[in-house]
Parts: sequence; C-alpha cells; structure tokens
Amino acid sequence: MFKPLALVAAVLTAFSLNALAKTELTVYTALEAEQLKTYKKAFEQANPDIEIKWVRDSTGIITAKLLAEKDRPQADVVWGLAASSLAILDQQGMLDNYAPKDLDKIGKNYRDAANPPSWVGMDVWAATICFNTIEAQKQGLAKPVSWQDLTKPEYKGKIVMPNPASSGTGFLDVSAWLQTFGEKQGWQYMDDLHQNIGQYVHSGSKPCKLAASGEFPIGISFEYPAIQLKRQGAPLDIILPKEGLGWEIEATAVIKGSAHGDAAKKLADFSASPAAMELYKANFAILAQPGIAKPQTELPADYEQRLIKNDFAWASKNRDSILAEWRKRYDGKSEKQ
Amino acid sequence: MTLPVARQVSRAEWGDRIFVVGGKWLWLGLLVVAVLLPLLAIFWRGFSSESGQGGGLVAAGELLTSANFHWLLGNSLKVSLSVAAIVVPLAYLFAYALQRTLIPCKSVWRGLSLLPLMAPSMLPGIALVYLFGNQGLLRGLLSENIYGFWGIVLGEVIYTFPHALMILLSALSLADARLFDAASSMGASPARAFRSITWPATRQAVFAAFCLVFTLTITDFGVPVVVGGDYQVLALEAYKAVVGQQQFGRGALIGMVLLLPALFSFGVDAWLRRRHGEAMSGRAQVFLPAPSRLRDGCYLAIVLLICALLLLVFGMAVYSSLVKFWPYNLSLSLNHYQFEDTAGGGWLAYRNSLTMALCTALIGSVLIFTGAYLMEKTKGQKGLNLALRMLSFVPMAVPGLVLGLGYVFFFNLNGNPLHVFYGSMALLVVCTIAHYLTTAQMTATTALRQLDAEFEAAALSLKAPLYRHYLRVTVPICLPALLDILRYLFVSAMTTVSAAIFLYSPDTILAAVAVLNMDDAGNVGGAAAMSTLILFTSAGVSLLLAWASRGALRRSQAWRQTAPGQ
Amino acid sequence: MNTALTQPGAPMKVRGIQKRFGAFTALDNVSLDVAAGELVCLLGPSGCGKTTLLRCIAGLERQDSGELYLGERDVSLLPPQARDYGILFQSYALFPNLSVEANIGYGLTGSGRDEVRKRVGQMLELVGLLGSEKKYPGQLSGGQQQRVALARALAPAPSLLLLDEPMSALDARVREHLCTELRQLQRRLGITTLMVTHNQDEAMLMADRIAVMNNGKVEQYATPQEIYDRPATPFVAEFVGQGNWLPFSRNSASHAQVGGMKMRLADDAGVAKSGRLFCRPEAISVNPPVHEENLFPAKVREITFLGNRCRMSFELEQLPGHPLLAELAPEAMPRLGAQDIWVALPPRSLQVFA
Repeated sequence: MFKPLALVAAVLTAFSLNALAKTELTVYTALEAEQLKTYKKAFEQANPDIEIKWVRDSTGIITAKLLAEKDRPQADVVWGLAASSLAILDQQGMLDNYAPKDLDKIGKNYRDAANPPSWVGMDVWAATICFNTIEAQKQGLAKPVSWQDLTKPEYKGKIVMPNPASSGTGFLDVSAWLQTFGEKQGWQYMDDLHQNIGQYVHSGSKPCKLAASGEFPIGISFEYPAIQLKRQGAPLDIILPKEGLGWEIEATAVIKGSAHGDAAKKLADFSASPAAMELYKANFAILAQPGIAKPQTELPADYEQRLIKNDFAWASKNRDSILAEWRKRYDGKSEKQ
Repeated sequence: MTLPVARQVSRAEWGDRIFVVGGKWLWLGLLVVAVLLPLLAIFWRGFSSESGQGGGLVAAGELLTSANFHWLLGNSLKVSLSVAAIVVPLAYLFAYALQRTLIPCKSVWRGLSLLPLMAPSMLPGIALVYLFGNQGLLRGLLSENIYGFWGIVLGEVIYTFPHALMILLSALSLADARLFDAASSMGASPARAFRSITWPATRQAVFAAFCLVFTLTITDFGVPVVVGGDYQVLALEAYKAVVGQQQFGRGALIGMVLLLPALFSFGVDAWLRRRHGEAMSGRAQVFLPAPSRLRDGCYLAIVLLICALLLLVFGMAVYSSLVKFWPYNLSLSLNHYQFEDTAGGGWLAYRNSLTMALCTALIGSVLIFTGAYLMEKTKGQKGLNLALRMLSFVPMAVPGLVLGLGYVFFFNLNGNPLHVFYGSMALLVVCTIAHYLTTAQMTATTALRQLDAEFEAAALSLKAPLYRHYLRVTVPICLPALLDILRYLFVSAMTTVSAAIFLYSPDTILAAVAVLNMDDAGNVGGAAAMSTLILFTSAGVSLLLAWASRGALRRSQAWRQTAPGQ
Repeated sequence: MNTALTQPGAPMKVRGIQKRFGAFTALDNVSLDVAAGELVCLLGPSGCGKTTLLRCIAGLERQDSGELYLGERDVSLLPPQARDYGILFQSYALFPNLSVEANIGYGLTGSGRDEVRKRVGQMLELVGLLGSEKKYPGQLSGGQQQRVALARALAPAPSLLLLDEPMSALDARVREHLCTELRQLQRRLGITTLMVTHNQDEAMLMADRIAVMNNGKVEQYATPQEIYDRPATPFVAEFVGQGNWLPFSRNSASHAQVGGMKMRLADDAGVAKSGRLFCRPEAISVNPPVHEENLFPAKVREITFLGNRCRMSFELEQLPGHPLLAELAPEAMPRLGAQDIWVALPPRSLQVFA
C-alpha cells in the first residue's frame, strides 16, 4: 500500500536532489552566437549535473570585463576567447593552471607553453576577405588577391573591417600586418587602407555579413561567417590574400578562485576532448588537435600553410600600445567623414 | 476653560498618519535611492582618481582639452542643433495644422505621428539603412551614402518628432478666441495676428521643444550605432568607455558633460515659466478656426508629407524584417523572427521586456500617482513636501544615458549593500520608473489639480480617513489619467535603451538591447524583426489601454456629465 | 451614531486668534462668542479675514496664537477630523463619482448598512430631496446640490455647522428662497451655525448676530437691527445698507453746523467735536406735510425708479457739492419736474462719527 507512495516520494526526492545538485557555471565567451547552443547542448549532455550560463560579447568587451572584475571575478571559466587576450589575463595572474585530460593530443603551438598550461586552444580562426561578386560586377571592381591590393584607389569607401579594440578579428588583422610588413610599413599600409575603409564595425563577423548583403562589396572578416553565408546562398567569393593570413587561437581557461572549480575543470576537459574537437571541426578548418580536421570544401586544401608565422607573446605584450596607436590614427579623426 | 485632555487617537487617524507621513517618507526614500544617489555617484566616479578608471580631476582636464573630445563634442553639437532646427519647425507646422485648421481626419494624423514613440531609436536607423543604404531601395535619391552625419540627423529627426509635437500641440491648443476676434475687427491680417498673438503665446513652447529635442538627440546612441558609420558622437563614446573599456571614470566625465544641456534647458524653462505667468485666462473662449480652403489645402499637404515619410520609414522596417535575404532574395519569410537561433538574446529578451514593461507600468503608476496625490492634496510636512517636489523634477533634467551610468556606478560600488540588485530585473524596473518619473507625475498632478480643492477638507470634516477617500473618490475620478500614465510607462519601458544598455545581465536582457546586439553582429534582419515586434507590442498595448480608457469614461459618463465640483 | 435630528448645539468660543501670512495679517486678535443654537454671520469684503477665521475654526488652517473652544472642549490644536463640525463649501465639494446616497453617507462609518440607509433617508427628507438617492451630483441643479452638501454635512450630527459663502454659486432668484429655507432648517435643528458671506442681504436675512469684519478685525458684533441702526464704525455704516455722509463741526452739545445749516442732534448721537454725520436715506422725509425739525431746502438731481420704491439724489442748497440720497415710496415723490424741495433730517437719524 505504501509502495506507490514511496516510489513517488523517491522519484520526487531524486528529482529535487538532482535539481539542487545541478551546478551553474558562469562561462564567459566570445564564440559566435550561432555556436553557443550546440556547444552548450553537447557539454551538458556529457555532464548532466552542470548547467552553462553564457555571458557572450565581442572579444574586446569580454576582455575588458574580465580585467575589470579582476578583484572579484564573476566568471568561472572562459570557453572560446582569443589566446592573445587570455595571455593578458594570465599576466595579471587571473588564470588557473590546469592540464585537461586530453592535453597530450593538443598541438604544442596551440596551448600555453607553461606546464600545466594556463590556457588550452580549441581551434584557429584566420583572416578572410569576403568579396561580393554581384556588386563587384555592378561597380566594375577587380578581384583583389593580396592585402596590398586593397589599398588601390578603386576600392575607396568600399571596404569594411572590424575595429581591433572591440573585435578579436580586427586585432588579429592589425597584429598580422605589423608582423608581416614590419612596424613602419605596417602602419603605412594601414594609413593607406584607412582611405578605402567605408566603416569600422564592432564585431568580427559583421563585415562578411555586410559584404553578403552587398552593403559594402569587400569585408575583412574571418572564415566561419564567410563559409556559413556562402552556404546560405550569398554571392560571395572567399579570398585568401597571398601575403598570408593573420590568425588567432580560440582557447579555454579556468579562472582562478572560481567557486565552482571542479565543474570549471570539467569544462576545460571537455573543451580539449575529441568530442569537442568534432564540434569545432564543423566550424573551423584548423583545430588545436592536429590531424583530425580537414578544411571545408569552400577553402583550399593548403589552407593551413597560408597562415603567417604568428608571435603571440609579442602580440599580447603590445596589445595595449597597438590599440592606443590605432585609436590615435583612425578612431576619431576629423577628416574621415 | 478646561485644559486640553489627552485624547484617543482614532484608528482612522493612525491609518492616515501612516498613509500621509509614512507614505511621504517612503516616497522620499525611494526617490533618494533611485534618483539622487545614482546622480551623486556619477560625480563621485568622475572626480575620483582610481587607477584604470579614467577619472579624477587630472583626467577630466585631459579629457576636456583633448582634440578627440573637441571633435566628438563638435560632432554631437552639430548633429543636435541640426536635428532641433529641422524638427521644431516641422512639428510646429504639424501642430498648427492639428489645432488651428480644419483639415480632415485629424485623429489619423495624430495617431501616425506617435509611431516613432512605439519603437526604440534604432528602428528609424535600421529603416534608413534599408531605404538609403548602399543596397537601399531609394539609394538613387542620395548622392552620398547615408552612413554618417545625415543618417544620424534623419534618424533623430524621426525619433524626436513626436516629443516636439506633444509640447507644441499643448501650447497651440491654448487659444483665446476673443483675442483673434479683436485682431480681425481691428483689420489685422492673418500674418499679423500670428505675429502678435500666436507667436508670443507659443514662443516659450518652441524654446522648450528645441531644448528637449537637442537633449534627446545629444544623449541618444541608438541611431548613431546603427547608421552613424564612423561619425562618432559623445553618447557613443560614453557607451564605449563604460561597456567597451570598463573605464568608469571616463564614462562618468562624459556623462557629466551630457548632463549640461538638459540642466541648462530645464533651468531656462523654469525661469521663463516664472516670468511668463498664467498661460491663459480662465474666461478665455474656445477658438474655432475660420474655414479657408487654401490654408487647409496647404497644411493638409504638409501633414500628408510628414505622415507619408513616417509610414515609409516604419513600413520599410516591417517589410525588411520579412524579407528573406536582402537584397538578393526578396521572398517573404519569417525566418528573421526565429530568435532562438540567432545571437543577441532571442525570445527571452522579448519576454523580459514584457515583464519589465508590465512591472514598470503597474508599479510605477501606483507609486507615482500616490506620490503625486500626497504632495498635491495633503498639508503639513512642508519641508518634506519641498524636498519631494524638487527631487521629482530631477529626472526631467537627467537623460536616460546619464541615469543609467549613475546606476552602474552606484549599484556597482564595492561595499554597497544594494549591490545584490545589480543586473536584476528589479533594478531595471526601478531605473525605468525613475527615468520617466517626471512626465508621469506631471500628468498625475494636472489631473489631480482639476479636482475640487476642498475634497480632502470635506472628507476630513466627515471624519473619513484620507486613504479611504483616495481610493473611493480620487482614483476613480482620475482613472483616465491613470490609464494614460500606465500607457506612457509601458511604451517607454518597451522602447528604452539608453539606461538599460548598462544595467542588463544575460538573464535580464531586454528586447531593445537585443536589437542593438543583433545589429552589431550584422544580423540586421533580426534587428528589424525584433524592432517590429516591439513596435507592434507597444502600439497594441496603447490601443488596448486607449480602448479601456474610453470604456471607463463611457461607463462613468453618468457622473461625468458636468465638470467636477459644479 | 446619533440618529437624533436635533443635537443640542454647542456654544463656540473664539479667543484672541492671530494669523499672519508672511507680512500680511489676516486675523488680528479676533474674539467671538457664539451661543448654542445661534446662527452667526461673518460679514465683510474680500480679504477681511472671514474665510480665514472659518478655516481656523475648522482646523483647515492653523492659527498662530489664540484658542478655540467647542462646547467645553479646547479644540485649538486638534486636526479637523478630531473636531466635531460639518462644513458646507462654496463649491459644495460633492464627490461626483458617488451617488447622492453615498455622498450623504460618506461620514457615517462604524454603523451597519441599515442604519446608514435610515439616516440618509432622514437627511434627504430633512432637505426635501427624498427620491434622489441614486442620482449623481452632476444631474442635480445648483440648489439641489447645495441641499445634498448640507445633508452630508449634517448627517453625522455634528455640534457645529460651518458655511462658507453657501449662496454665492446660485443665481439671485434661488438665493433668497434658499436663504429662508436654510434658516428654517437651522432653527429646527437648533445647531450652532457660523456662516461666512460678503452679501449683506443674506446676513441680514439669516443671522441672529452679525460680525462685521475688516482687515482682520471684528468691527462690530451685534444683531442685524443694531448693525443697521447703530453702526459702530464708519466702515460698518457704509458696508451695510446705503448711507449719507455730512461733514460737520460742533456748535454746542445739541447742535452741529453742517455747511450753512444748523442741525439739532439727538442726545445719544455721539460726542465727537467734528467729523461726519451719518444718515440713512429712508430716514429723510421729503416735502413733509407737517413741519419737522432740521428742515432745509434742497435741489433734486436725479430720480431712479426701483420698483417698490424710488431713490432720489439731491443736494442741500446750503451744502453744495455733496450729493445725498433719499429713499421713499413712489407716492411720496414730488411731482415730476419739481426741482426745489424741502427735506427733513430727523435728529434721531443722525449719528456722529469722528
């Protein structure tokens, strides 16, 4: 007679205990918003007792937020932020050094050099030019093949690129140009490019979306939105300039002093695991775990070779001064109208 | 003569003491926390020189003398002055057409003129991109592209139009027929009558409208974000400083600069009001315009033009939300409305906005109306009354952006016990109520002043407690005004962005913020869709409340036949 | 709840009330005694302080100093709801969204619904508006509204009734009728009543005693008869009724020199050595059939026909430049055209003012 009652009571208790047992993990991220749902679902399936609460914003804003909260961190873990930003946080002593379970599978270029590392990479995103073929034909624009091509006068007012202060994509572009062309030539290049820029936008994917809609025929962006939009039928050509592509590692790190340290570490484990790599594979051509990825059909087979040699230590060390110089030159100049 | 005997204070008297004195102190406390302290926090933040915050007197000096700041200030001033110079004459003509001519279908034009109030300021910007952007429908009409100065100006003109219109409508409605009769009997031409009668009476309102539009424009960043391109303005800079760079001190300094135009216009307006005195004599007769086909024809054309422009802009926004892939695939689809799959907040944002708007409207109207009643209709506590009166005028002088900044600084303070509210829905509601407090209170006070001044005295002489009188007599009579306040607060809460942008957390993201996020990420179709959703929700609720108000008025027609106190 | 219609009215005492508004003195040491059941009018021009005094008594204003007693109770510092009075405002202050019934029953709390209804019925009967329970104030005429407001004020059976210019919102025809009605009602109830008015006709018609006020002071507090016949000050003399002023200087204890005339004064006319003589127009006889004292020649200036009487403007031949008024029945008027007349100013009608 008491059996069904006891059963119900047991189920209810289990349910509520389960609900109580669910840890809420505050995850700061700069991942593209379209990716959030899939990643969250996959992780929660593998770890049913943890629930992810995303705090998503562009790279620059998330970095600034984390730095501002240095003394009282709100975040438990960062999943998907530019490594150059994470390096800055590491310099401030904000990250926990933790070696995830599958660390040995991760390529040594794609993780923090220290042992155990303060951040571990997920995938790579690289610069890409989105070129609207219909608009190009309408306006009689030749297809650019190099970064230098973009300074040609025929492209005046027709290029959009992300603001490096707010967007990680923007910053990787500036960093790459300074490294590829050298400091003096690099700034000269950007001066010339500035004449052709129609607008600086805040997010890394927006230039490609603007190019897709034909608002501006040329968008300096990265490969993920380019591929997505092309698949949706946008009249885009994906151009990989011949001087080489700037790139950035998207990485994961555990915040020191987090109240949910164990759950955070579980996330770090998941982020480096082969299961997660399968997730990233769908979106990115180059993964932190070498050997599994193959570039999407829209990208050439030798995609990985096109990346420049990137000195992340230099980039993160000089981030503030580069941004200050960039702001001084291009952000808030009166002659740009 | 007998000495006064210690008497039993009745329960009704205790109830009244709690209602009146307790109520006033509570209202004072709320106003101090919701209005005064955040404002003080801005000044504190701006002048404290904590490192990395960009504040302090030295930083202030640097900021104010930097070329960048001068450039920003110049831009902001140019934009705001242009917008005001365009909007005020247009609004004047429109208001004149509605009040002083005999054009047909006036309620239709009046309704259309309210459209920009129903959506956040981003909506005109988005529509302008679809109309005049590089792939815009009417791109051919423009020689340069819309991004930049003219984009911002056009967007703000649309956004601020109804605000200027409201002020001028009420000024032009005060027309004394006797003055016009006298003028015409003396042989004055219509132009002369305008110069000597209409213009002096409406001069002050024109100035007030000019200042309001100027202040609204200089502190808005919804339009510059969407259509400003690289044309930077101060409002954007404040946002970037606080959200983008977490430099609170710098944000506070810019906030203080943005406070100046509002303070200035508020002060001048108050001074002018005191000089001007009584607006209209009690014996004035209602002015009925004389028929004139030519005049009506001209004004109708103007009104039609303005309404057509508004319809074009808002119609474009709605249309663009339904277009699958602008400009290459113009088939209609609802995929932009599938917010779950897109960035920026999704349906949660919309639900949050509804919740916040409802809470703001309901809680706000109760608090504000009761507060207005206590200030207007009860005596005693002179000092308290004065403090309340002054505090309730402060929000009028503080733009939403600055108030939002104040909330960030105050509630984000280390060691502030109220910090727990930061990022919560409750704080958003409080901030929005505080932001729109003054206008709502003025509506309440106007309605309350129409009641017989002796109602309360009569109730007291009959030993009826004031709180019972308030519920039984005051509220039912003022129901139309209450519904007005409800509508105003709801719509304002749905469309507000300048304060909310600083105070939301991922759980409490609002629809207007989602619009910004989506536009920022390049999902302009989604931004248009969410804006359209806000537009229809606001318009829908407005119509609903207007209908309810009319119903309430009709049902109470039995006793509303003659003016109260007759 | 006291359902008695007649509540013994309480006497009211006002002692030394002082009230200033900034630099303006509204009430200057005002003292007054109102007997139980009496109807006293506060009469005076705008700004004289009568309404302020009423509001102080009601507790709607707080006096700077002075005391107020209602019956045995010192109510000087009590809030309005602790005093015991009913008040009828100039605008009536009827609650427009409540029916007549609800309005009248507004102050009747703490009683059962049946009792309230019974009391409301009583009050309506009292003011002659039975049957109007469900109507709204907006549907009633001015006079009816006044009666409802009165019923509302009286329903809780207060010991004092205050009326603030109750007739000023009504037109002239209705006014006199309502004055009488109100007076009859007040007498019937025996309730102590204080009424403020600027209209001397109302005051004369209704009041047991009138307090004539000017500049915050009570100039005279007496019965209407006394106020009219023996005004205490020139202000009272002028304010109530019409009057003639004649400059004079004393010749002797019994005679005054007015212009070129020597007039005999009554023994109690006053003691001033010079000043002005006050004389009511109706006391002057024109072309008297028998010889009267103080008979002098005069010239008619203008005659105004006022219906039941005539007003004649004239000048005494020995006092030119001083137009005077006389009031007589039409039959007593001299034939039209006659310019020269004889007027007699009886000694009894001359009052001396300094």
